[in-house]
Amino acid sequence: MSRETTVNLLLALLLLGAPLVAAGMGEPFYVTLATRVVVLALAAVGLNLALGSGGLLSFGHAAFFGLGGYVAGILATHAFNGEPLFAGIPATTSMPLIWIAAVAVAGLIALPIGAISLRTSGVYFIMITLAFAQMIYYFAISWPAYGGEDGLSMSVRNAFPGVNTAKPLPYFLICYAALMAALLLFRVVEGSRFGSALQAARQNGIRLAAVGIAPFNIRLVAFAASAMITGFAGALYADLNRFVGPSMLSWHMSGELIVLIILGGKGRLFGPVAGAMIFVVFEYVLGGITERWQFFLGLILLGIVLFARGGLLGLLSGKPRHV
Amino acid sequence: MFTALLIEQLLNGLQLGVMLFLMAAGLTLIFGVMGLINLAHGSLYMIGAFACATVAAATGSFWIGLIASLAAAAGVGAIIEVAVIRRLYDRDHLDQVLATFALILILSEGARWLFGSFPLYLDIPPMLQGAVPLPGGGQYQLYRLAIIGVGIAVAIGLYLLIARTRLGMRIRAGESDREMIGALGVDIGTLYTVVFALGAALAGLAGALVGALQSVQVGMGEPVLILAFVVIVIGGIGSIKGALVGAVIVGVVDTMGRFLLPSVLALTMPASQATTIGAALASMLIYVVMALILAFRPSGLFSAQS
Repeated sequence: MSRETTVNLLLALLLLGAPLVAAGMGEPFYVTLATRVVVLALAAVGLNLALGSGGLLSFGHAAFFGLGGYVAGILATHAFNGEPLFAGIPATTSMPLIWIAAVAVAGLIALPIGAISLRTSGVYFIMITLAFAQMIYYFAISWPAYGGEDGLSMSVRNAFPGVNTAKPLPYFLICYAALMAALLLFRVVEGSRFGSALQAARQNGIRLAAVGIAPFNIRLVAFAASAMITGFAGALYADLNRFVGPSMLSWHMSGELIVLIILGGKGRLFGPVAGAMIFVVFEYVLGGITERWQFFLGLILLGIVLFARGGLLGLLSGKPRHV
Repeated sequence: MFTALLIEQLLNGLQLGVMLFLMAAGLTLIFGVMGLINLAHGSLYMIGAFACATVAAATGSFWIGLIASLAAAAGVGAIIEVAVIRRLYDRDHLDQVLATFALILILSEGARWLFGSFPLYLDIPPMLQGAVPLPGGGQYQLYRLAIIGVGIAVAIGLYLLIARTRLGMRIRAGESDREMIGALGVDIGTLYTVVFALGAALAGLAGALVGALQSVQVGMGEPVLILAFVVIVIGGIGSIKGALVGAVIVGVVDTMGRFLLPSVLALTMPASQATTIGAALASMLIYVVMALILAFRPSGLFSAQS
């Protein structure tokens, strides 16, 4: 077992164990905090597929995160009011159905955005993904049907068959299972033919084209898959807070998702998990000490980018297998 | 009356375009010469606005405030360049994005620390208060016309600076081959600091000028920054001419979209619905324009790097 695998296992156990202990001690707040870590990590796992494996620096993943959230919020609101969604299709409060819808919507929106954005590269790609995310953000703000600027509150958490989702611990376990499933999927994809092609597309697109695989298609599939995972996380996040608002779509959110990956370690399986743990703990500890925690977050982030490349996993488990 | 309104809205679009040009010119210059993507450009805009509002409130003169805004933005820009940005030129875009994102957090939170969360207000200088009559009836704010004038003057000034002066020659040389001009004895480090400070001063000027139209508050730079990105993507990154054309396109399309779309839609649907849908569509319009332009010209209208 390599050092990185050991570290990964320890992280996974820590993330599962801490809320179990907290729940045992009757501290539901920490369970909710851990759920936040898990959901943000899931969103970042999605982005990591595009950014880490594919080298696609998307600065607009908040769009998919928010879309997933809005799908959950809109479906729940319609179901609560007993209105059909459109054309007589009934709304639902069943989480599995909501997740399917969130993933489908994120994927369907990611395809055209990816198809246009992937015609460009480098700085253009960063700015175009940012611009598309802003487009969706402004649309959400100026469309009053679903709360506009104020967002959309859900009166109860959506339902999962056989589980009482209103309690913090069962909901945490659902999210944790989702994260582990996504990490497993990430691992399988990385080792597959598609994963190798994606790595190759990042390293040298022209050579990949020369062996008969079109880099554009590989990148587009990776971008859409990445958006789908992030959209799934968005649906979970909306249910966690029982609220969805334009802030989930804002460009700060996109920036934070990138920050999570970098804090943990780029292109590593558990990078997003480690990053989300540091970020949330940091937000909580510093936020308790000073109202100005973002100032210090900025300083620390700057320090990491300038001096400690490789993130937490770089410190804990040495150099990555492939650079 | 409709003609007057139309002219007024066109001028508003032009004024927005000119503001965006001031932002985009700095961004595109910094990218063209140093290859750096600077998210913190919006913070420099905010610094200009805060400096102008504070100094104008203390001295009672908008013009001293305006000078202070240029000095503050250029000064902060130079400090940032020497302390942080300089280390990023050889890094990839990811590091640049993250480091400048960190700078936004630091500068925004720092400004909130210094000035509090309440917005500051800046008055239009007495000389530029009032309105001028428009052809076809109606009036237009003199101050907004003055902003358009400043923008045009800056555009001409930048053109002359880059095309006719020694500094401009070095900037152009830096764009095409930075090792070469270093080998020819130009101090490339100083040149980069100067270019960055120049871009920062332009952003500060934009912030100060807009500060008199809106409230001056933390976070005011971010929407403008993103619009400026759209501008330079449309115009072609690295091209000042592209920035000017892109800025005018974005300014006019955005303003006219907000003005015309609801009335156009009202022809086919009930008025209240048309207002809502029109507003929602108008807020997305420039991004649609950007997508269309990029679908045909992936590197912008006037690509400097072909």
